[in-house]
Amino acid sequence: MTDTLLEVRNLRIDGTVRPPGERPKDINIVEGVSLTLAPGRVMGLIGESGAGKSTVGLSTLRYGRGGLRLSGEIWLNGRNIQTISPGQLRDLRGREVTYVSQSAAASFNPSIRLMDQVIEATVLHRIMSRSEAQKRAVELFGALSLPEPESIGSRYPHQVSGGQLQRVMTAMALCPKPDLIVFDEPTTALDVTTQIDVLAAIKTAIRHTGVAALYITHDLAVVAQVSDEILVLRHGKMVEHGAVQQIIEAPREEYTRALVSAHSIPHEEQAATDNPILRLEDITASYEGKIQVLTDVTAEIHPGQTLAVVGESGSGKSTLARVVTGLLPPERGRVLFDDQPLPPALADRSLEQLRELQMIYQMADVAMNPRQTVATIIGRPLEMYFGIRGAEKRRRVIELLDQIEMGESFIDRYPAELSGGQKQRVCIARSLAAKPRMIICDEVTSALDPLVANGILKLLLNLQADEGVAYMFITHDLATVEAISDSIAVMYQGRLVRYGPKSEVLTPPFDDYTDLLLSSVPELRLGWLEGVVQNRKMESAGY
Amino acid sequence: MTLRRIPISALIGLILTGVAIFVAAFAPFLAPYSPAETVGDVWEPASDQFWLGTDNLGRDLLSRMIYGARITIFIAAAATALSFCVGAVAGFAAAVAGGLTDQAMSRSVDLLMSIPSLIFALVVLSVLPSTVLILILVMAVLDFTRVYRLARAVAVDVNVMDYVEAARLRGERLTWIVFREILPNALSTLVAELGLRFIFMVLFLSSLSFLGLGVQPPESDWGGMVKENKDGIIFGIPAALIPAAAISVLAISVNLVADWILRRTSDLKGGRS
Repeated sequence: MTDTLLEVRNLRIDGTVRPPGERPKDINIVEGVSLTLAPGRVMGLIGESGAGKSTVGLSTLRYGRGGLRLSGEIWLNGRNIQTISPGQLRDLRGREVTYVSQSAAASFNPSIRLMDQVIEATVLHRIMSRSEAQKRAVELFGALSLPEPESIGSRYPHQVSGGQLQRVMTAMALCPKPDLIVFDEPTTALDVTTQIDVLAAIKTAIRHTGVAALYITHDLAVVAQVSDEILVLRHGKMVEHGAVQQIIEAPREEYTRALVSAHSIPHEEQAATDNPILRLEDITASYEGKIQVLTDVTAEIHPGQTLAVVGESGSGKSTLARVVTGLLPPERGRVLFDDQPLPPALADRSLEQLRELQMIYQMADVAMNPRQTVATIIGRPLEMYFGIRGAEKRRRVIELLDQIEMGESFIDRYPAELSGGQKQRVCIARSLAAKPRMIICDEVTSALDPLVANGILKLLLNLQADEGVAYMFITHDLATVEAISDSIAVMYQGRLVRYGPKSEVLTPPFDDYTDLLLSSVPELRLGWLEGVVQNRKMESAGY
Repeated sequence: MTLRRIPISALIGLILTGVAIFVAAFAPFLAPYSPAETVGDVWEPASDQFWLGTDNLGRDLLSRMIYGARITIFIAAAATALSFCVGAVAGFAAAVAGGLTDQAMSRSVDLLMSIPSLIFALVVLSVLPSTVLILILVMAVLDFTRVYRLARAVAVDVNVMDYVEAARLRGERLTWIVFREILPNALSTLVAELGLRFIFMVLFLSSLSFLGLGVQPPESDWGGMVKENKDGIIFGIPAALIPAAAISVLAISVNLVADWILRRTSDLKGGRS
């Protein structure tokens, strides 16, 4: 065996797009990517969406999604897989190289038991007999710290949690004893508290089996924990390649430096005032009187300040926003806006009350009508609340576009003609147009790339300084919380487990849940993962 | 959209539909004789004078076909337009309003749909006078139920999008939500359905006229002309087959166009834009 497992030389990937009503045109997706990987090493591929990370990862299986054309050389185990026959390629896939996808939930067949899916490739390639493969699978389940490794294989995909399913998928990839595994954002869809378990399990399994891996992610802090070296991609080209330590401590390229220093936003915490703009009093809410989602939530938001509401998915964060906006009238409790109680139901609120409380959504894509231009989208609140029409309206829309740092040229575009970050900016402009006193931001940055998200957060803070608007900022990302909030409410299973000014909430002693949440946020430093896992083991052992 | 990208089947459909509409629009200039005038013998065969022969009363069949196109297409189009406006608006309103309003509207429509439409039309038209207006109204009322269900189904999907919620939070009225937020996003599906509904209208009108409850003499649509000339078939006279063929050709050609639009709108590769 050579000391190079995988060598990619001058990889170039092209595709053809067929826009309706136009001639098909060729586009270049990846160009000039070269990398080498020794057996047992882990390389992290990092970059924003559209950088070509997954495309490069899949090319090691000689697979191009949607008819992409690969050119260049891909040497694996001493042969160029670009030239091998379809039969040899079949042998290679699932035997020498395996793949772990982002969404395990969508990748498992819901009607087949987990064990049969995990050992399928192994048995099919005649690497092991059925019983040997099952034995190995059980070992792997144990190594990946899945509960009841003996029997978990007889369950169906819907009977295990998302984090467990992701680990089962890793077991599936490890089962045929491959030389290389491609991990495609395996933890991106998980909550932070779950992510850390999966991450630790993946890392241990890689170390134990000595398999090499390509680890694709957009989160630098995550990739720093599992890989030996990092390759930074942007627009399908290589930006920088180096050992993990070098990349995070001494990045050479401008772009890498920006990635490393994302989230470093200066923001001074402000003290609470006497007149909160919004006060929630003992809010209890449920869906159709059956499932209680919120229990006795009491919190305040002060003018010109930000309350961050944090928690994992299902903790009731978004439901709280629905109560405040009136979409879900609470069972008990009141919402006071500027010391005046707000009618619980949306239909009973006055136009003025609606104007003062605006909302920005997570998915800017679906928060704007695809058949309306930016001018209509931003102009409509002006027309509705202030009766501004015609040339005056257009002038105000241009002013707002300037405020969100976009400019006049975007005014007649449709949402489909904007990038993800621009769409979110337009949504911000739409809520600003109403001159609100408070804006609810529901996970506004979680669908965006780190650098773009950073730009949005800075914009929101600048606007807060200029307009004095208060934010209720719903998020699961604690790094964002630290960057922008003045006070924090930590939610768990519909209750506030911790609430107060930022400095207090983030200072020990912590309650158990907040501790778990805070310690799960990946930090951009070597050895962080081991440290946390070590700590937790000691705690659970009773030290 | 260039002509080159239109599939051949849709092109045939477009041309034939275009011819039918052109003939209907310019009937007085194209028809060689008056449709009501007896110009020859009963059931004369095709000749230089009468290109398609004459009918059961000796009127020129070609002229009657041309005027018949006018009546058939006008009534079918008017009924389709009416059923669409009513059905789409009601469907959207039901989806947006939701709750009891939606239930009440949807169940009433179910009730109406459970009565076989031909029998319902026969009963209503045998009581009411068969004027063109009544005909259009009855056909529209019977057909709007189908449009209603489609429009409601599409609108329910659009209604849960965040931009509709944003509009509600902004305090928009029902009319804005229906016409500005939902309608533009449901339009392509509805347009495809429009073609299909038009064909069903043509067939429905033809059935009614054939049964003698549709367009009343001396006016006549294609279905009525089949009825007038059906006895000729016994004597080997093809006069009844010509309007019947015209009905099929119109139905097929509109269908080809509707199919093409439907394929474009349901195309995953973004034909929607």
